[in-house]
Amino acid sequence: MKVLVPVKRVIDYNVKVRVKADGSGVDLANVKMSMNPFDEIAVEQAIRLKEAGQADEVIAVSIGVKQAQETLRTALAMGADRAILVVAADDVHQDIEPLAVAKILKAVVEAEQPGLVLCGKQAIDNDMNATGQMLSALLGWSQATFISDLSVEGEEATVTREVDGGLQTIKVKMPAIVSVDLRLNEPRYASLPNIMKAKKKPLEEKTAADYGVDVTPRLEIVKTVEPAARAAGIKVGSVDELVSKLKDAGAV
Amino acid sequence: MQYGLNEEQEMIASTVRSFVEKEIYPHEALVERTGEVPAEIAAEIKRKTIDLGFYACNFPQTVGCAGLNHLEFALVERELGRGSMALNHFFGRPQNILMACEGDQVDRYLMPAVRGERMDALAMTEPGAGSDVRSMSCAARRDGSDWVVNGTKHFISGADHADFVIVFIATGEDITPKGPKKRITAFLVDRGTKGFQIRDGYRSVSHRGYKNMILEFDDCRLPDSQVLGAVDGGFEVMNTWLYATRITVATMSVGRARRVFDYALDYAATREQFGQKIGKFQGVSFQIADMITEIDAADLLTLAAADRLDKGLSANREIASAKLYASEMLARVTDTAIQLHGGMGLMDDYPLERFWRDARVERIWDGTSEIQRHIISRDLLRALGA
Repeated sequence: MKVLVPVKRVIDYNVKVRVKADGSGVDLANVKMSMNPFDEIAVEQAIRLKEAGQADEVIAVSIGVKQAQETLRTALAMGADRAILVVAADDVHQDIEPLAVAKILKAVVEAEQPGLVLCGKQAIDNDMNATGQMLSALLGWSQATFISDLSVEGEEATVTREVDGGLQTIKVKMPAIVSVDLRLNEPRYASLPNIMKAKKKPLEEKTAADYGVDVTPRLEIVKTVEPAARAAGIKVGSVDELVSKLKDAGAV
Repeated sequence: MQYGLNEEQEMIASTVRSFVEKEIYPHEALVERTGEVPAEIAAEIKRKTIDLGFYACNFPQTVGCAGLNHLEFALVERELGRGSMALNHFFGRPQNILMACEGDQVDRYLMPAVRGERMDALAMTEPGAGSDVRSMSCAARRDGSDWVVNGTKHFISGADHADFVIVFIATGEDITPKGPKKRITAFLVDRGTKGFQIRDGYRSVSHRGYKNMILEFDDCRLPDSQVLGAVDGGFEVMNTWLYATRITVATMSVGRARRVFDYALDYAATREQFGQKIGKFQGVSFQIADMITEIDAADLLTLAAADRLDKGLSANREIASAKLYASEMLARVTDTAIQLHGGMGLMDDYPLERFWRDARVERIWDGTSEIQRHIISRDLLRALGA
């Protein structure tokens, strides 16, 4: 079985995000970029499936600017076998919308015929949480989202989903789209030998046009603003004081 | 700033950096407080480093290691420099000098060292022989086919965890027109050898937990098979292999300075006084500008010196410049970072006072700033006959 792992190049989670002066988005010029942390978890899971003998090949795919090649090299250094870069933008500020990404992924899936697509539940830049679900709809495949546990047995996968108020275990028929949540695993560091090998692993470069997908934005960003600053808190000395303050504030 | 590095080299640096952030930083406060690295933490760092193939990555592929070149290894050590030296000691980087092992020394010392089975340390300095190495009084005399060693070494970093120590010992004296000149030999000395003792040294302000140890030789008997390199060839093995320790100091100073700078930058951007962020005051903003300029300069100087070694060019002066400039830069950067933080910078609630203390030794060990200036100027002047 092949496992396809879509990975996105996003602003590094340690970077303090700054809104551009004109409010058109977040400033990404000269900012540290990394692999979306949820996608890293997906790559890790795919490699574990391969190590367990349940997958034969792990293919990482990224859609975006040419620099996403670095993100793919990271996936290869972690242990993915090969990578596909689909160049769909030439400006780092141009975000490809989930539907366009899903359409391109559908074409990649049709070409590669994976048994499983493992993706991050969302990208930490715009938190859309839509690509996996859209891909599932376009392909007519089963989907399981926000998973914290996965086991594959033959034509079926058993997954645990993190839902509001608890955990839900379901079975899905393969091939499937599975989106991963934070607690599924802890991604490994790339080992030094794998970093050295990554350069020699195949990285195929395509464009959105190769798949006949129009990536023109369908959504219009009206305005981007910083979150409102939080008001300072106060310290209370006891539970009684806390309760009376909450009452005064009309909170209880 | 990653001028001229390829993707692979950047990935090596970023991997080591995240390793240090996740595996070293969380234990630093404990080590600083107790002055000790708990054995289980040491073992865990070592095991993870071995698993990742980074252990002894300064050693060549011929002995089963990664064989990083000087530039790549400088990147590894630069990122390690961000973290505690006591802890990242276990991100093992045995002394290059072990490549001088011959015959069965390869299986007894070199291979176990690069596999992480046995740890090494290097001993040169004595209470009476610092910069003037050749004035050492620790001496070995011939007795039959053995050597009998007497004397003391101090400031021996890492000897507390060492299974064996590479020790430089005087093995005779030549009479020259300039006066007597000692002949030096390098020996491999196992912990537990009769007449050889490793004991605690002094309590240093810099790098708590990265202990400096005292070695004592009391009629310690060593056979010829313990000689590393040739008898009386100590300076040759030293010159062939030990140049790299100065790059280590330079590149680690750069890594630590970048970590310190992040604190300073963040504070300048968030701390408010007189109704505005202190970074808006020119007096603060210019200090920020000077700090990053000096850090980048030291970084480039160090990587360029390492790159010269990879290209087979002479690098003695360049390495000395890098060591001198980077260690002095770190002193200024840590001092300025504390100044920007005001009184809080001195409190041990922040790690800044630690970085400031740690920075002090970098201008002293592996050749003081004065020795580096001597090397640099001699290199230029001697060529002109001065």
